[in-house]
Amino acid sequence: MSDKDLTQNQPLIRVENLCKAYQLEGHANQPICHQVLFDINLEIHSGEFIAIMGQSGSGKSTLMNILGCLDTPTSGNYWLAGRNVAYLSNDELAHVRNHSIGFVFQGFNLLKRMTALDNVATPLLYAGMNRKESRKHALTLLQQTGLGQFTLHYPNQLSGGQQQRVAISRALVNQPQLILADEPTGNLDSQTSHEIMTLFKQLNENQGISIILVTHEDDIASYANRLIRLKDGRIIQDKNKCTR
Amino acid sequence: MNLLTIIGEAFQALRVNRLRTGLTMLGMIIGVAAVVLMLSIGQGAQIQINNTIASMGSHLLLVLPGATSSGGLRFGSGTVKTLTAGDAQAIAELPSVEAAAPVVSGIAQLNYGANNWSTTITGTTPDYFSVGNWLIESGSIFSEADLRSATRVAVLGKVTAENLFGNEDPTGKTFRIANKPFLVVGVLAAKGQSLSGRDQDDNVLIPLTTAQRQILGNQFPGSIGHMLVQGKSADMMEEAEMEITRLLRQRHRISDRMENDFTVRNLTAIAAVASTTAKVMAWMLGAIASISLLVGGIGIMNIMLVSVTERTREIGIRMAIGASHRAILTQFLLEALMICILGGLTGAVLGIGSAWMISQIVDMPVVITLSMIGLAFAFVAIIGIFFGFYPANKAASLKPVEALRYE
Ligand SMILES: Nc1ncnc2c1ncn2[C@@H]1O[C@H](COP(=O)(O)OP(=O)(O)OP(=O)(O)O)[C@@H](O)[C@H]1O
Ligand SMILES: [Mg+2]
Repeated sequence: MSDKDLTQNQPLIRVENLCKAYQLEGHANQPICHQVLFDINLEIHSGEFIAIMGQSGSGKSTLMNILGCLDTPTSGNYWLAGRNVAYLSNDELAHVRNHSIGFVFQGFNLLKRMTALDNVATPLLYAGMNRKESRKHALTLLQQTGLGQFTLHYPNQLSGGQQQRVAISRALVNQPQLILADEPTGNLDSQTSHEIMTLFKQLNENQGISIILVTHEDDIASYANRLIRLKDGRIIQDKNKCTR
Repeated sequence: MNLLTIIGEAFQALRVNRLRTGLTMLGMIIGVAAVVLMLSIGQGAQIQINNTIASMGSHLLLVLPGATSSGGLRFGSGTVKTLTAGDAQAIAELPSVEAAAPVVSGIAQLNYGANNWSTTITGTTPDYFSVGNWLIESGSIFSEADLRSATRVAVLGKVTAENLFGNEDPTGKTFRIANKPFLVVGVLAAKGQSLSGRDQDDNVLIPLTTAQRQILGNQFPGSIGHMLVQGKSADMMEEAEMEITRLLRQRHRISDRMENDFTVRNLTAIAAVASTTAKVMAWMLGAIASISLLVGGIGIMNIMLVSVTERTREIGIRMAIGASHRAILTQFLLEALMICILGGLTGAVLGIGSAWMISQIVDMPVVITLSMIGLAFAFVAIIGIFFGFYPANKAASLKPVEALRYE
């Protein structure tokens, strides 16, 4: 796969005139078209740490889902690592989600019936590794994230911060180029939020993983190097800033 | 994801909902147990019938006196005594006929010491034993000489011998038929029930002449009750039937426009019909039982659909971390299949167990063949795939965002 060997000048993500509209059932069977994203143009390079901000309902999650190949745009083009995702088959998209992208959600989204260890190991299973090998990898990763003693806990036996660390470990386990985090600190207290953000910062700086993060809080956004602001489905601000 | 891992995941998912899995499986267990049980009982009955047919003797014709109709007046066959021992002798000479045994019969009282027993007395010739496929257990059959001189000798059926003599060996002993002393020369090996359900082992066989002259008073002297004829081979049966008809019409001087005063029946053909009927019955029982398998299959589909709906979010998460369409499909399909196969296994064991128990209780042969179990299993697997596919495909075709957003 050519996913991981990027040429230096090629952006990791290139989005052109991307639009997203939802068809809603209106009165008298007249479908209502509800447009959520308007003409989004974006270039993101490998190793960037980006925060997306904006009011509730401005389309941040919608954009993240499209960037993560979980959703498809209504029009416009999206190249991920040089490949136009519109031309990828379902299996290729699954492969991209498995190998190139790591998701971190606000609600953690761990598999409830599995231990922390198996949650982290699952993406490796989908990548074709056997269970024993995958658990070994997952254990190493959990130990690195400081969860070495919680490997056999089920999600409901972990605190919010611990669950989010498990989710981040799961996102990292296949060594993706890109981590998409939709309000990863939304359900956490500020102390834990900052711990999680420090973890992201380290991943970005030490391992060069690109991170796109959605947040409502300025101090969380300040960990990022670039800030994109959305309003009513349009990018109204896109600026680089110095790290604090 | 490799198959072994998916099997593990499916097993895990089934274990979480133990009660639900168990109840769904129960449908399969009952279905498979019913199919296995019904097929084994059906095949057992079939084998029993085939054994009876085999014991009856092969390629048999039954010749009964009496016309089926006569000049507008209809009689049942056997109502008029028109057959004689001479007819039997003549028939035995026919090229397509191996042997012919004339038979007269009636009920009489038997006595031995303090024991008495009432049963059918059959007067016949020594040929009867070979034609009817009778085997001797002890002693011997009576001879042509006994027949010629109307000796008072008897061969006893197994049940009669037991009832009259208890544990004693009857051979060589003297007992009384209708107060006349008879010498027991042999005892027949047991045969069991006939196709019509009559106990064939409760009988006494004596020479035809002895029966005609000394035991069964007869209004038409020399006439016989019926005749058992054995054809030369299975494919000569129709020929034999025709030759017998032609010969008897000639002997009885029946003009061309008159109807027969006798009836010829192909017993082997009747037996073949009985055998086929038993076979059809066996399959029908199995088919009826398999309806419960079908119902069980629908139960599986129902539960799998509920499971897919319940786990929509889980499916979304799995897709987000890289599960392909095929991985999700296989996972849910395997869950359905595992319910089927585990249920099928338990059901097969249960079916075999109860078939064995029934065979012990009612003393009936019960047949359990590997092919039968194989058939039930193939059926179960097909049901699992058929009813599991729709829910599994539904799960695998979910859109990742929608599945993730599902509450
Ligand atoms: N499945 C859907 N069908 C119809 N409309 C939708 C759907 N999903 C989202 N929307 C609409 O799209 C708009 C943007 O939603 P989105 O979830 O992207 O907002 P957001 O910026 O992430 O908000 P928040 O900060 O509250 O998470 C909203 O107005 C919402 O009503
Ligand atoms: Mg959102």
